[in-house]
Amino acid sequence: MTAAETTGWEPVIGLEVHCELRTETKLFCGCRNAFGDEPNTNICPVCLGLPGSLPVLNATAVEFAMRIGTALHCEIRPSLFHRKNYFYPDMPKDYQISQYDEPINTNGWLELPDGSRVGVERAHMEEDTGKTTHRGGGGRIHEAEHSLVDYNRAGVPLVEIVSRPDIRSATQARLYAAELRGVLIATGASDGRMEEGSMRVDANVSVRRAGEAFGTRCEIKNLNSLRSLVRAIEYEITRQVEVLESGGTVAQQTRHWDEDQGRTGALRSKEEAFDYRYFPEPDLVRVDPDARWQAEVAAAVGAMPADRRAALAALLGPDGTSQARTDQIATVVEHGLDGLMTTAVEAGIGATLALARTANEASAEPERARALDPAGYTALLRLEQEGTLSATQAKVVLGDLLERGGDPAALARLRGFEALEADSLAAVMDELIADHPDEWARFVGGDDKLTGFFTGLAMQATDKKANGKAVAAELRRRRG
Amino acid sequence: MTTALALAGQVRRGEVSAAEVVDRHLAAIDEADGAVHAFLTVLHDGARRRAAEIDRRIAAGEDPGPLAGVPVAVKDNLCTAGVRTTCSSRILDGWCPPYDATVVERLQGAGAVVVGKTNLDEFAMGSSTENSAFGPTRNPYAADRVPGGSSGGSAAAVAAGLVPLALGSDTGGSIRQPAALCGVVGMKPTYGMVSRYGLVAFASSLDQVGPFGTTVADAAGLFEVIAGHDPLDSTSLERPAPRAVETLDEGVEGLRVGLPRELVEGVAPDVGARVQRAAEVLASAGATVTECSIPELAYGLPAYYLLAPAEASSNLSRYDGVRYGLRVEGDDVEAMMRATRAAGFGAEVKRRIMLGTYALSAGYYDAYYGQAQKVRTLIINAFDEAYRHADVLLGATTPTTAFPLGAKVDDPMAMYLSDVCTVPSNLAGHPAISVPFGADGDGLPIGVQVLAPALCEPLVFRVAAVLEEAAPAPVAPALAGATWSGR
Repeated sequence: MTAAETTGWEPVIGLEVHCELRTETKLFCGCRNAFGDEPNTNICPVCLGLPGSLPVLNATAVEFAMRIGTALHCEIRPSLFHRKNYFYPDMPKDYQISQYDEPINTNGWLELPDGSRVGVERAHMEEDTGKTTHRGGGGRIHEAEHSLVDYNRAGVPLVEIVSRPDIRSATQARLYAAELRGVLIATGASDGRMEEGSMRVDANVSVRRAGEAFGTRCEIKNLNSLRSLVRAIEYEITRQVEVLESGGTVAQQTRHWDEDQGRTGALRSKEEAFDYRYFPEPDLVRVDPDARWQAEVAAAVGAMPADRRAALAALLGPDGTSQARTDQIATVVEHGLDGLMTTAVEAGIGATLALARTANEASAEPERARALDPAGYTALLRLEQEGTLSATQAKVVLGDLLERGGDPAALARLRGFEALEADSLAAVMDELIADHPDEWARFVGGDDKLTGFFTGLAMQATDKKANGKAVAAELRRRRG
Repeated sequence: MTTALALAGQVRRGEVSAAEVVDRHLAAIDEADGAVHAFLTVLHDGARRRAAEIDRRIAAGEDPGPLAGVPVAVKDNLCTAGVRTTCSSRILDGWCPPYDATVVERLQGAGAVVVGKTNLDEFAMGSSTENSAFGPTRNPYAADRVPGGSSGGSAAAVAAGLVPLALGSDTGGSIRQPAALCGVVGMKPTYGMVSRYGLVAFASSLDQVGPFGTTVADAAGLFEVIAGHDPLDSTSLERPAPRAVETLDEGVEGLRVGLPRELVEGVAPDVGARVQRAAEVLASAGATVTECSIPELAYGLPAYYLLAPAEASSNLSRYDGVRYGLRVEGDDVEAMMRATRAAGFGAEVKRRIMLGTYALSAGYYDAYYGQAQKVRTLIINAFDEAYRHADVLLGATTPTTAFPLGAKVDDPMAMYLSDVCTVPSNLAGHPAISVPFGADGDGLPIGVQVLAPALCEPLVFRVAAVLEEAAPAPVAPALAGATWSGR
């Protein structure tokens, strides 16, 4: 089914994002919170739920949760933990300590790079479960010969961020997830690594005729990358529209995304849903951050991606709001290179040039770019801005700079990128004109499109050492 | 024979060795516990090692603490590192905690010697200690009668003179009720006064650990050792433990004592008569006794039997066969869990898990759990109102004296009614004590209960000390070790 066939149907999407907090220790005990350690080494009576053990809340986790709430413009409120009861072997107590009807953060929003705003219903604290590996029988619990449980993850602090059903396309869902990831990283509360499971996304998807009430939703689980998120949502929209177009009804279900087969499959129906029997956790007391603590946390939360994008756009002036520039700015901020660009602009580099190099070349190697010496980067852009290096040359030298660092002028010399003597450029041009008499005649006759043709030849002939601006000037001079 | 505090004094002064004291009590246990069955585990070697260590410290001029060399029994729902902790349940088969409960650590820090783990109703659910997977404990005063419960083993061990002190836990009366039935002193502290870390949870918002002793002073001394803030328990009060021993002899002159008819009427005539007599004793000691009524107390029992099972249904979920204790294999993990829980839990525990699961279920939560929480608030408010006119309240601990083994096992409602006078203090989180105050016509002990507002433990002990002074001298129980002392 193509997009055209889903015309007339509007997807309604809400995302539930679980993120692990980067605390030193777990949510309710002193065990190390670390990914990838030897299984069952970061465990104690509390996170194993041994009889008689009791939870004690980690204040840093509360602080990180408040940072997230602050960054998402939430109301931060006195909150309460509840027990969510269900049996599962990787859950040591067979209940999860979570927040239910009194979460710490409520009623916020997240602005996406395209200017749209997605409501955030709540962002609450809870503990993670252990991790089960099923051996044999295709890796699913029911067919497995046996299962192994690693409780290192049990009790790791999570914040679950529940969006409002404000998202209207898979693309917007991707934007939201990517932007949220940027926010989480910017707060320092989480590392947002989807591949390590420290950020996990579930999608609630329904479709409706525009203007009608919400349709029945399905919750899709197992979305381990932004790519899976987009594919799964697109698949699910198409599936639901097909069901409805053929006169059927969508059943409320939890569905599992199969990345290999590219499809979602039913996991359990509404009727099979657990009754979690939530009730207030009697082993913990109310969390009531006072105004001073909240103010301290708010002050410690740095600039969010949206603020940083606005700052870059301001550097560009009126040009900063065009679609092309907006995309470039988003790329720079996403890769955390706005500091690099801002330093260059403040040192007198044109904002457009600085943005182009940062969004295109530097962002292609984000880790190396983040390690660049801003002064060296600025010096390189200055060589280009002053015409000492052509754009092509500057990109080559930037590649060298990213790879091994150093002084851009010295790197340029190593490449032999001195500006060509005017005489030698003239000799090259004589040769090119002699070789391409017809094209030259059309150029002289006023066909400006051939500027590019001759510039390209000049670059080829000089092994990219020619300065593009100098070639253009030479062509204009000869045309008279 | 001597009280625990006197015993500790003798050990600290070097008049008797801790080894000798401990050996004497181990011998009494070996001799008499076959008939009583107060103990599930006796720590002969561990206790002797500890006693030897205490004697070494005394020889080196150190002070091992206020309970130096005193043998203490610990209810078997308190974790003891490396010593099996059963909760009288098959489901914890073979489980040894890797850690000590905070109260056990504090006992050891005070020089006490844990000599054994005592019998209880499975997971502390019951009022007779008959719900134990390892068989019932017998009342030392009448071998065919129950010791009460759920801390029946601890109460019976102290009553039979097998240990001078014991720890129990009290969720709805599980210290005070067996104390009354066994003729010993038992006290439930203010909720949060004593750490619950290492107490295997039954109903977390109601559970408190507390002392048993043969005298009020001994119980107060043990209370001082175990009370006080514990950073491992989030519900632990952040305040130092009150001193209870030093104010014991301050009397009740000028004290206002309320006598709520809900804690006196409807109990057996012998029991009611003793409560009236206790009121007279307090009046003649200078207190003002006023009859009063707290009608809300009548709703305590139904509220308790919704809240406690609800919390229990969640607390007992973890016994699923995955990590420790019993495992009965099944075709898949769910079948394994089901088979394990079916085989591992006794009938009363299953009954309460089902009651609690139902009370928390979608669609029923508001009508049951939610409503019970409201009743709890009403009872707290009613107590607050009563305490505007009284400093303490006096009443019966139990409706009857010890009942025969088997008499109520098939009638859960009758069994639940045993807690009617004790449950309100748990719902309110207030301290209360049961102190022996005579016997019925069959020579079975009767206890009276003193209740007070939160944090008023010293007052509770003080009033109990006055009653103890005026109580008839105790008779020796039928089943007793050679160490039995009376007072």
